[in-house]
Amino acid sequence: MGNYVGKSMKRVEDPRFIQGQGKYVANLKIYGMTHAAIKRSPYPHAKINSINTAAAEALEGVIAVFTGKDLVEGGVNPIPCGFTPPDIKLPPHHALAIDRVRHVGDGVAVVIAETAYIAHDALDLIEVDYEPLPAVVDAKAAAQAGAPQVHDEVPNNVSFTWAIGDEAAVNAALAAADHVVELDLINQRLIPNAMEPRAAVAQWDSAMEQMTVWTSSQNPHTIRLLLSAFTLGIPEHKLRVISPDVGGGFGSKIFHYAEEVIVPWAARKIGRPVKWVATRSESHSTDAHGRDHVTHCKLGMSKDGIFQALHIENYANMGAYLSLFAPMIPTALYHTLMAGLYKTPVIYGVTYGTMTNTTPVDAYRGAGRPEASYVLERLIDIASRDLNMDPIELRRKNFIQPDEFPYQTPVALLYDSGNYDAVFDKAVEMADYSAMRAEQATARADGRLVGVGVSGCIEASGAGPSAVVVSLGAAIGLYESGAIRVHPTGKVTVLTGAHSHGQGHETSLAQIVGDELGIPVSDIEVIHGDTERLPYGVGTYASRSMAVGGGALVMSAQKIRDKITRIAAHQLEAAVEDMVYDRATGTVHVKGAPDKSKAFGEIAFAVTLANNLPAGMEPALEETSYFDPPNFTFPNSAHIAKVEVDKDSGEVTLLDYVAVDDVGNIINPLLVEGQIVGGVAQGVGQALWEHGAYDANGQLLSGTFMDYAMPRADGFPNIRVGRTVTPSPSNPLGVKGAGEMGTIAGTVTVVNAVMDALAPLGVRHLDMPLTAEKIKAAIAAANGGGN
Amino acid sequence: MKVSMTVNGKTYNRDVEPRMLLVHFLRDELGMTGTNIGCDTSQCGACTIHMNGMAVKSCTTLAVQADGATITTIEGLANGSELHPMQQAFWENHGLQCGYCTPGMIMAATKLVENNPNITEAEIRHGLEGNICRCTGYENIVRSVKAAAAQMGGGD
Repeated sequence: MGNYVGKSMKRVEDPRFIQGQGKYVANLKIYGMTHAAIKRSPYPHAKINSINTAAAEALEGVIAVFTGKDLVEGGVNPIPCGFTPPDIKLPPHHALAIDRVRHVGDGVAVVIAETAYIAHDALDLIEVDYEPLPAVVDAKAAAQAGAPQVHDEVPNNVSFTWAIGDEAAVNAALAAADHVVELDLINQRLIPNAMEPRAAVAQWDSAMEQMTVWTSSQNPHTIRLLLSAFTLGIPEHKLRVISPDVGGGFGSKIFHYAEEVIVPWAARKIGRPVKWVATRSESHSTDAHGRDHVTHCKLGMSKDGIFQALHIENYANMGAYLSLFAPMIPTALYHTLMAGLYKTPVIYGVTYGTMTNTTPVDAYRGAGRPEASYVLERLIDIASRDLNMDPIELRRKNFIQPDEFPYQTPVALLYDSGNYDAVFDKAVEMADYSAMRAEQATARADGRLVGVGVSGCIEASGAGPSAVVVSLGAAIGLYESGAIRVHPTGKVTVLTGAHSHGQGHETSLAQIVGDELGIPVSDIEVIHGDTERLPYGVGTYASRSMAVGGGALVMSAQKIRDKITRIAAHQLEAAVEDMVYDRATGTVHVKGAPDKSKAFGEIAFAVTLANNLPAGMEPALEETSYFDPPNFTFPNSAHIAKVEVDKDSGEVTLLDYVAVDDVGNIINPLLVEGQIVGGVAQGVGQALWEHGAYDANGQLLSGTFMDYAMPRADGFPNIRVGRTVTPSPSNPLGVKGAGEMGTIAGTVTVVNAVMDALAPLGVRHLDMPLTAEKIKAAIAAANGGGN
Repeated sequence: MKVSMTVNGKTYNRDVEPRMLLVHFLRDELGMTGTNIGCDTSQCGACTIHMNGMAVKSCTTLAVQADGATITTIEGLANGSELHPMQQAFWENHGLQCGYCTPGMIMAATKLVENNPNITEAEIRHGLEGNICRCTGYENIVRSVKAAAAQMGGGD
C-alpha cells in the first residue's frame, strides 16, 4: 500500500468552500459586465404570431433585446444531438424559439441590461402574441394516433426506435416458462437540482478575436467543440471554455444548453461581457430532466425460480427537443444492463423515444442504469412473492458465479469481474437480515405495516473503448487525458480532463499521483476545467474519473518514473536495469546500494540545468497520456432497507438502510462513502418524494422548490455503508467507479421495502413517488374502498 | 434609500433601491460572494447568514430591513486564520461535496448549536430542514454538526 491511496484523506479543496471562497460562475465580476435575462414561454405548445420588444428596448438601462430570428440572422446554428442511432428523426433545436414554442420555459427572447434587476424588469415589457396549440405530455400517449404533433420533422412523435435481442426466442421462452411476472410501471420524471443553478459568462476580446466562456459545465472541452463546430462557429483555437468550481451536476451540466450559445453570441454582438444566472424556477423548466419511462415488462422463470427470459417494451420521454445525449440513455445505457447480476439466457428490449411538450430529458445520475435496475429488481421482487421464496434466495439462485467472468451477457456487455454472493453475504450480515425479518413478523402480528426491501444492482461505468461507444451511435470518444508537469523545484502540476463538481478530484487524483511518484500530496496541485490550460479532455460523468482519468495519470506517472530512472542511472553511472524507483520515498537508487541514490527533486532540478542528461534526451519532465479503457467497469451492490408505513396516514418512515457496494479498489474511502450515501439519498428521493410533474395540458406543476419535494435531513436514518472489493481488470488502478451505484440501488430498494410492507394488503405495485397520499389511497382500496 | 450596516466587523454605507434583497447587497454591492443563492422561494437555505444574532435567509430579507444591523457572513465566521469549530468539523467529517450549500449550512448549523449546546441527532436533522443539500445525503453534515457541538460546548 502506498502513502495515500486507500486512505481517508480529508479534502484539499475544502478550505475554500468552508470559508466562502468557492469560485462559482455566478461570483464572477468583469469590468463592463452586463446581465442577461430570458423571456420564456408560459405555454407548453403555441405558435408565435409576433414578438414586440420595443417597450423593453426603451427601458432605461436596457442595452439590447434579441429574439430567435436575430440569432439565426446573426449566424447561430441549432444545438446538435450527440447520439444518433440509425433512422433517428432529428428535429431542429434553436437556442431561442422562432415560430413555435414547445415547452413551458422554452426561450423566446433575451434582454441584455446594465443590471440583473433591469433585465428582469424588461422581460415584463416584451409582448409575445401566442396562439396556443394542443399539447402532449405522456411518453406513450405521444406515440398514439391523433396525438398533437410536437415537430413536423418527427411523424407520430417517435424520434427513434431502438431494439436489442432476439424477440422470437424471448417470446418462445416466455410461452414455455412455468411462471411469468408481467408488470406495467412508470419511472417518473425527475428534476436534477444541483444546488448551484446553471450560469454562463462570456467575454469577447475584439482585438484578439478571442472568446472566453465561463460555464457551469461538467465537460468544458465538449462545450468548446460544440460551440465551435456547431452552434457559433468560433474557431476552436480562439475559444476558451472555463468551468471553475461547479456546484453539483448529477448529469444535468453535461449538455450544451441554449444559454451557453446566447450569452457568448450576445457578448460579441454588444461588445461587452454578458452574465446569465438561472433562477431556481428557470432551472426547473430548462435544466434537462431525468428518467420518465413508461414500461411494460415480463420475466419468465421455472417453478423453482430460474430466470428464463426477459421482455421489455419501453417508451422514453425525450421532451420537446433532443438534448445532447438523450437518445443514448434509454437505449445503449438501459437495455444493455437488463441482465443485471443474473444469467437470464435470452433478453429482448425495445425503446421508443418520443417527443412531447415537456422540458428535454437527458442523463441524470445513473442515466438509464437506474431505470434498468428498477425494471429488473421490481420484477424479481414480485416473483419472489409469487413463488413464496425469500427475495435474496431467489436472486442468489440466478447469480453469475465468480468463476464465470468475464461473462458475456445476451445484451452486448462483457462483465469484467464480480462476486455477487460475497456482496450479499456482507449486506445480510450488516443488516442482520434474519433479525430484521423476525422483527417484521412481530410487527405484522401487531398489525403494523413494516417492510424489508432488497435489491442487487449493476452499473456499467468508466465507458469504453471509444470504438465501441462510437459504433453504438455516440459522437464522442470516451478516453481521458492526464498530464503531469514536474517543475524545477520538484513541485508538480497535474492536469486532468476529468472535471470535479463535488467529487473531490483535487484530493483523490493527487493521492494517486503522490503514490505513483513517491512525493507528498502537498507538493501536487490538480488543475481541471479550463480548455486553455489542459490537454483535450472528455469530462466527468458516468462514474469515469478515477477509472479513466486516473488511468491516464498512472500512464503519465509511469513515463515520468522511467525518465527519472534513466537520468539517475546516467548520473550514477549505473545501468538503467539496475536502478530501483522507490515509490514510498520518491528516490531512485542502484540496486543493492541504497546510498547511491537520487531524490525526485534533485532530478527535477537536474533536468532544468540539462547539462548532464543521457545523450539525446530532451530537457523536460512533463508527460501527457490518454487512456482509452479496453472495457466498461461493472460496479455492483446489495442494498437492504427497512421501512414502516403508517396505516392511517400512509406516510413511509425509512427505519434502516444498509448499502454494500463493490466498486473495485478504492482511492479514498471517505470520498467513496460520501458518494454512496449521497447517491442513496438521491435514489430514496425518487422512491418517496420527487416528481417533475406536468398536468395533462403540459403545465409544469413542480416549477419551484415549493412544489418539488427535495430530500431533507429529517427524511433519513443513518445510512450504513459497507463494501467488498473485486478489482476491475479494465484499468490500471482496478477501480470501478462509485458515483452512481447508490442512486441506482437506492430507488428500487426502498420501493421494494414499501411494497413488502403493503404485501399483506395484496398491493402488488405502486408507481413512484410513494407519497403518503398515494399509499393511503392504496390502503383504503385494499380495505374495500372509500376512506 | 440609504442603508448602513456592520458586516463582518466593518461598517458599510450605501444607497440602494428599496427592493434590493440583502443577499444581492452582500454579493453585488459588497462583493462578498461566499453567500450563495440556490433558489427563489426561500426553501434551500444556501443564503443563510447571521443578522443580529439570528440565522436569517438573506434572500428573503430586503437590504433596507438590515439597516443598522450587525451581520456575519461565512467570510467572517473564522477568527482570522483560525477556523470556526463548525467549519473545521465540516472539513474533518467530509460534510461537503460541491460546496454550494455549505456556507448556508454552516451558518444555520452554528446558530442551531449555539441555541442548543446539547443538541441531539434528531434535533439537528429537524433543525436543518430549511437547508437543502443535494450531494451528501446529510449523513456527514449531521456528523459534522455533532462533532462541532462537542467542540463548541467545551464546558462554557
